[in-house]
Amino acid sequence: MSMKENLEQIRSEALAAIAADGADLEALRVKYLGKKGELTAVLRGMGQLTPEERPVVGQIANDVRADIEEAMKTRKDSLAAEALERRLKEEKLDVTMPGTASKMGHVHPLNLVQRDLEDIFIGLGFSIEEGPEVEYDYYNFQALNIPEDHPARDTQDTFYITEKMLLRTQTSSVQARVMENQKPPIRIISPGRVYRSDAMDATHSPLFHQLEGLVIDKGITMGDLRGTLDTFAKQEFGSDTRIRFRPHHFPFTEPSAEVDISCFACGGKGCRLCKNEGWIEILGAGMVHPHVLEMGGIDPTVYSGFAFGLGVERIAMLKYHIDDIRHLYENDVRFLSQF
Amino acid sequence: MNLSMKWLADYVDVKDVDIRDYCEKLTYTGSKVEGFEVLGEDIVNVVVARIVKMERHPDSDHLFICQMDCGSAAEGIQQIVTGAQNVFEGAIVPAALPVAHLPGGVTIKAGKLRGVLSNGMLCSFGEMNLTEHDCPGKEADGILILGEEYADKIGMDIREALDLSDTVVEFEITSNRPDCLSVIGLARETAVSFGRPLNLHTPEVKGANDGDKIENYLTVGIEAPDLCYRYAARVVKNVRIAPSPLWMRRRLRAAGVRPINNIVDITNYVMLEYGQPMHAFDYSMLEGASIRVRRATDGECFKSLDDMDHVLDSSMLVIADEKKACALAGVMGGANSEIKDSTATVVFESACFLGSSVRVTAKKNKMRTESSARFEKELDPNNALPALQRACELVEMLGAGDVVDGIIDCYPTHKPEVRIPLEVERMNRFLGVELSREYMISVLEQLECRVEGDVIIPPSFRGDLLSMNDIAEEIIRIYGYNEIKATYMNAETTQGGRNPKQAFEVALDRALYGMGMDQIQTFSFISPKFYDRIRMPADSPLRKSVVISNPLGEDTSVMRTTALPSMLEVLERNNNFSNENVRLFENATVYIPSESGEELPTEKKVLTLGMYGDVDFYAMKGVIENILALARIQNATFTAYTEDPAYHPGRTARVLTEEGVELGIFGQIHPLVAAEYGFNQPVYCATIDFEALWANANTVIDYKPLPKFPATTRDFSFICPEDMEVGTIMAVMRKASGKLVENVALFDIYRGASIGEGNKSVAFRVTLRAADKTLTVEEADKATKKTLKDLEFKLGLKLRA
Repeated sequence: MSMKENLEQIRSEALAAIAADGADLEALRVKYLGKKGELTAVLRGMGQLTPEERPVVGQIANDVRADIEEAMKTRKDSLAAEALERRLKEEKLDVTMPGTASKMGHVHPLNLVQRDLEDIFIGLGFSIEEGPEVEYDYYNFQALNIPEDHPARDTQDTFYITEKMLLRTQTSSVQARVMENQKPPIRIISPGRVYRSDAMDATHSPLFHQLEGLVIDKGITMGDLRGTLDTFAKQEFGSDTRIRFRPHHFPFTEPSAEVDISCFACGGKGCRLCKNEGWIEILGAGMVHPHVLEMGGIDPTVYSGFAFGLGVERIAMLKYHIDDIRHLYENDVRFLSQF
Repeated sequence: MNLSMKWLADYVDVKDVDIRDYCEKLTYTGSKVEGFEVLGEDIVNVVVARIVKMERHPDSDHLFICQMDCGSAAEGIQQIVTGAQNVFEGAIVPAALPVAHLPGGVTIKAGKLRGVLSNGMLCSFGEMNLTEHDCPGKEADGILILGEEYADKIGMDIREALDLSDTVVEFEITSNRPDCLSVIGLARETAVSFGRPLNLHTPEVKGANDGDKIENYLTVGIEAPDLCYRYAARVVKNVRIAPSPLWMRRRLRAAGVRPINNIVDITNYVMLEYGQPMHAFDYSMLEGASIRVRRATDGECFKSLDDMDHVLDSSMLVIADEKKACALAGVMGGANSEIKDSTATVVFESACFLGSSVRVTAKKNKMRTESSARFEKELDPNNALPALQRACELVEMLGAGDVVDGIIDCYPTHKPEVRIPLEVERMNRFLGVELSREYMISVLEQLECRVEGDVIIPPSFRGDLLSMNDIAEEIIRIYGYNEIKATYMNAETTQGGRNPKQAFEVALDRALYGMGMDQIQTFSFISPKFYDRIRMPADSPLRKSVVISNPLGEDTSVMRTTALPSMLEVLERNNNFSNENVRLFENATVYIPSESGEELPTEKKVLTLGMYGDVDFYAMKGVIENILALARIQNATFTAYTEDPAYHPGRTARVLTEEGVELGIFGQIHPLVAAEYGFNQPVYCATIDFEALWANANTVIDYKPLPKFPATTRDFSFICPEDMEVGTIMAVMRKASGKLVENVALFDIYRGASIGEGNKSVAFRVTLRAADKTLTVEEADKATKKTLKDLEFKLGLKLRA
């Protein structure tokens, strides 16, 4: 057999072996292309060839090597592709099974509403002031134009600690403290807990949350109060929301108003949420009473201002359709996890 | 305040206004309407009828068959079967004719009673929701027998015959407007709201004109002028106690006042009409023919009209005769001088007392009355005399007695006039409107203010009008609050926003949500017994709480010094609801009383965590570590803590900063406490002092360059006694390797028979790195050697073979 025939045989044998089922490609590489492999062995006999034959045979040998290498690579790639295919099949998961990451916790609805409200007023240039919940009678009542034995005290059944100390009945107590410590321009909100001696039922709680607002500066008008509350109402309840004022009396504001918003459920047409009124009472507000300014060391002939106070529970209950205030303090996680 | 629209019509005509429009208008001008009720609305098709013939039912021993003349209300004679036993032929009675409606949703249709047709029903008081007070002198039981005075009303609707139809509007009157606690006050508001004339009436008293005069009966002395501004009185003799006429009774009933007799009814009627509380004494019971307005003596006894005994003190004002207190001024009369059927001579009192004094007196004696509720809001002393005259006018109108000539009127110091400048420009600026001076004046004049040039003089019944703001409110409430245009503040810009601590609190909340913790809100007040539930030692300073002097109940009687019981209670509730794997937090305020109790308590926030279910000690520790990371507190230490009886003594840690400041404790709740809250599985809690956390938080972020040279690691494994803490070993390792140590990490812990009872095997990986070069093997070995030497020397640990 000539060298040429030999090479042709190696080629056909090798290609067949590579294509065979269960081919061990590494062993075949050693067998045909290795240092001690068949192709190498044949090439060792090159020396016996004539100088004319050498390049021809050499060319054939190179072709054979290239063919074998090419076949091996192709075969290797297809085996790898098959193996990957198999693996992917085996690795198939049931995507409907639940995730295993730890569950997110939930914000309490009162914190959620309070933070929303804070952010709205922060956007209008307000900062947040905090005040004590156990408060002196002075800041809760007297500094707000409600002297001792004033009938207005009747509307706020008060928990007393001592004769002079009580649980604040309104976040308005912070107003007086702010006026003592800051000079105008004042633009603050004060969220927090307040206390009234009301037995717990579906709509009352002896402890609840309010958010107070206070603005004092030169040239503040009742129109500005309207504008501020209008902005608040639109941001909190939707851009179609309208507000209306009803005259009222608070000892620490004059003029005073109760403020309604158009019902955000029905748009004012009347529905169950607004008890067919089309309006929902949402807060109390007014222009800061000149006595209150004076007691805070601010000259009412130079400065004017407005104040407002709203109930966080009330807004949370309206917004999320919570039918019983007690849910807010029971903290059943089935309730909490909805927020 | 309940206003009868019929009564209102005496003063202002708004009959053409729909009641809903009326209520809305008054609400918008400042008299808030709570609602209205149409009286008699639920009685339909009941007429006055006469029984013209009556016979027994053939098949019944108690039913009667009545033939009824219903006048124009029904054609011909109507047959009605009744079971009532008090009816008789000729009686005039209310008859419900089909289809009739009665209160309580009752419908009367034609039907048969034991085979006999009954075309309706005869009615009793009760069936029409009336009482004997509505029809004095009429029998309360059985069918209402109207009597011959109704003979000319046969066929008339019973509502008209008994004057039952009226509309009552309920107002919520704020404490600054006691003048509106009256028909006249509300009539004035109605008139100005609708721009209609107000028809005021000046009472006219004829008097007995018989030469007799009040001085023959009475002297009055005000001995406490600081508590009584004015005391006016008149005497009525030859009193004829009788029921008041129907119109007066109906008006009183509409206002929610029970009619009693003509004299008492007159005092109530005047109070409702004028807003001036009145009192009537039985003159014969006054000893010494004198009235002394004096302070009570300490310990003085007094029995009020309602037969309650009171012990008075010198802060209270009484109306007394020579010997005894006859009334608690402005609150209630005394039983000793009450008007009785036999009363022959009456003293009418119309006075004005200091509001706060009446308020305190009523409160101390637990007797809040219609009278005290008005007086406490400061009444107008100038109203006392017109009211007294009105009462006497009514006495004459009702023929209730002869008014003795003369009035006693003690009014030592007249109420001064208030003068407020009319500042048109300033008010427009303040309100954000542009109203003319003329408009402002017209509103003020309708409200009975006098305007003299640039000065406003409010009427004396408007004690609430004192300053520009008050006047501005009057003008704007009539003009319309909702006419004010919304504007943006044209003022100095302010920065606003959350301060760093407030922002950190929000960040902390958010981090905790991310760690699977649900936020809760619990009450700040608790029961002192809750401290027992968490096994708080009897001598713990935390047992000293701020105590509420008038709590709703024991469960909410003290301000908490720890929120742990609140947390455990919420965990318990969730466990009872079979909620699994619960993780909760509250950044709860606690209240630490001051030493003296005179200063305000310290209020601080304590981050309180609680969890049960698929968690363990290290799950809680992981949360704490994350919180420390959020606060950028480095090198905090955790040490075993056995001192808190609420916690498991072997599974509790105290968290300290590097400087030794305590941040809080956490761990497994003591099994006894867990059992107290109904748990038979472990519960984990933590209390982290938020103020300390914030005080030690590091808000500055300072980047450290990433390492330039590779690290070398060495693994060590030791057998050590079970109670040796991993933290102790790690601390020694860290210290031994000095500056080169980058990290020491526990990577395995093993317990088993092969290493002996009471032992554990622990394995650590130490990472060594130099900032400025690659460590040589020799350098790493040197550090390792030192580490092993220290471990053996300090802890007796040898490398595990």
